[in-house]
Amino acid sequence: MAKFALSDDGVVVVIGSGAGGGTLAHELCQKGVKVVLLEAGGRLSLADFVNDEWTAFMQTAWLDKRTTSGSWRVSKDFPNLPAWICKTVGGSTVHWAGASLRFQEHEFQVRTVYGDIPGASLLDWPLTLKDLEPYYDRAEDKLGVTRTHGIPGLPGNNNFKVMYNGATRLGYKDVHTGRMAINSRPRDGRPACQQIGFCFQGCKIGAKWSILYSEIPKAEATGNLDLRPECQALRIEHDARGKVTGVLYVDKSGIQQVQKARIVCVACNSIESPRLLLNSASSRFPQGLANSSGQVGKNYMRHMTGSVYASFDQPVNMHRGTTMAGIVTDESGNKPARGFAGGYLMETLSLGLPFLAAFLNPGAYGEPFAEALDHYNHTAGMWLVGEDMPQATNRVSLHPTEKDQYGLPVPNVHFDDHPNDVAMRSHAYRQGSAVYQAVGALKTYEVPSYPSTHNLGTNRMSARPADGVCNKWGQTHDIANLFISDGSQFTTGGAENPTLTIVTLAIRQAEYIADQMKTRNI
Amino acid sequence: MEAQSLDRRTFLRLSGSAAAAMAVISAGVPLVPLAAEAGLWGLELRVLSEHEAMTLVKVARRIFPHRTLADMYYAAVVQVLDEDAQKSAETARLLKDGVAALDKALGTRWIDLSAGYQFAALQAQPKLLDAVKGKAVVALYNNPLAWRHFGYEGPSFQDGGYIKRGFNDLNWLPDPPEGASPRVG
Repeated sequence: MAKFALSDDGVVVVIGSGAGGGTLAHELCQKGVKVVLLEAGGRLSLADFVNDEWTAFMQTAWLDKRTTSGSWRVSKDFPNLPAWICKTVGGSTVHWAGASLRFQEHEFQVRTVYGDIPGASLLDWPLTLKDLEPYYDRAEDKLGVTRTHGIPGLPGNNNFKVMYNGATRLGYKDVHTGRMAINSRPRDGRPACQQIGFCFQGCKIGAKWSILYSEIPKAEATGNLDLRPECQALRIEHDARGKVTGVLYVDKSGIQQVQKARIVCVACNSIESPRLLLNSASSRFPQGLANSSGQVGKNYMRHMTGSVYASFDQPVNMHRGTTMAGIVTDESGNKPARGFAGGYLMETLSLGLPFLAAFLNPGAYGEPFAEALDHYNHTAGMWLVGEDMPQATNRVSLHPTEKDQYGLPVPNVHFDDHPNDVAMRSHAYRQGSAVYQAVGALKTYEVPSYPSTHNLGTNRMSARPADGVCNKWGQTHDIANLFISDGSQFTTGGAENPTLTIVTLAIRQAEYIADQMKTRNI
Repeated sequence: MEAQSLDRRTFLRLSGSAAAAMAVISAGVPLVPLAAEAGLWGLELRVLSEHEAMTLVKVARRIFPHRTLADMYYAAVVQVLDEDAQKSAETARLLKDGVAALDKALGTRWIDLSAGYQFAALQAQPKLLDAVKGKAVVALYNNPLAWRHFGYEGPSFQDGGYIKRGFNDLNWLPDPPEGASPRVG
């Protein structure tokens, strides 16, 4: 593993080691580019992971203070936990479920396809599915996505059996164990899935792809990666010409350091990325970096989400095996006749008893709640995930008074559902319940959204600089050597779990950055 | 929000350090002796009286009423409440005042009331209800000793996962076809 000098202004500094930043760092290292990778969290190993929901949550979750506002229920139930994402090397690829789906063609052109939806700040992406296809292909190969590249699907578990039978009886056609970045057979030095469950708690055998053990060791082997865990970026610095010059961060000893940089790439997830740009405001950039459009932090998306659980008179044992290897895609297209724009997916999901108690109906108590949990091992579950509408008022902003441990304003996350989100969720609850009723559910539960796992859009790509923060390469419109490298660059959210697209964009961005460096454009 | 508010929020609000939250969670899994002692399940009470503890055991049951779950699991919640009361005078006061208010509400000791009266009287004490509920949602359901009751099997890695232990043993529905659900590779 390399160690570069703080004064080395030839390095690329990537902030955040998740799906976007971790992929970008590795890809750049493979191309011979020197990378300093700053990660706020510590470095865990497979041995550190625990099959215990609360312990793993405390071990991996981003727990620094955040505030919330708006009418979303998360703000009431978990006012300081807007998002369930990770602060650790590998970021949220440590706890992600592994669902790896390409966006559909129309999801890059939603303003054109959906038209003008009141209250929504819809915009077409400045790129197309065709532009991304070769990179999707490389991303799927990198992640070892099942049902691509000749990799077989995962075997279905009990929870999938219930979903499959219910969905097909209802008439759904495209129902299978999903495209998953979880090995169905040994691949890339990682073993096949042993149906442990606890995908969200860190895969103890590494069958699930994660930046932590899939990309970082390879990047380190190039001699071009200087990974700095427990180093939290505080602000990005710039020179009189308006080019970024380095990153001020606090290291694991609590000492502030400045790492010089030729290029800075921001990949801190969609809450911290805009926060870092806003906290980097200067006399030259009083609104924050890359924010001449005023779009930094706006258009926060979290996907339309919800869950349906159902109890049966026979056992299910949904907790056994892969958490999310089961999907129904029939509702994912754009069919306006349903009463909303965009589409959604049904994916199997199981929670252990501790988390089901916490999330089934936060704050609930009494007989009905206890009865639901009494049926724990007779319960099946699915997650509903679909495209939500970007809204300018849904935004990450700096809290006017609350400060973090370094004295910087904490982020506030404001969110209200758009009527389209509610219409879609209502449809999804009804269809998800019907799936389980088709196989004899005793009772079905419409479960509210968990704290956000898919955080998107707060530094969005746009063709015109006035409409967004970065161009189709993730390069900020205002500052040529400052890039957005995570899901915050998404113009809109699509229906699909975003990780595959984040990785795809990072592979493509790495090519662009290396090329721009070679031709001395940056 | 009041400082004495519930623990689910206390650690999900994350106003304190992760370490403090961790302490809350690990405190949710106290050792519970198998034999009941003096009707109090071996509780080591420092702050709560026997009557207050007995009442709170029943309060926890009224909040999460699992008919066939033994009292000792609810007592484990009260053990955690007593430990919290040792650390916080405010919590101690909330619990003691809450029990006193329950006893006063209907002119009969709350613990002697029927389940329906108990539930109604408890709902009229939202601070106590929230405090016990927020603690119990972790202390009850994160207690590995209680998992068997619910059929939750807990950690599986040490047993090789479920690949040979029933991940697909559901037999009351037909197996999906190979294309949808390939055999184990």
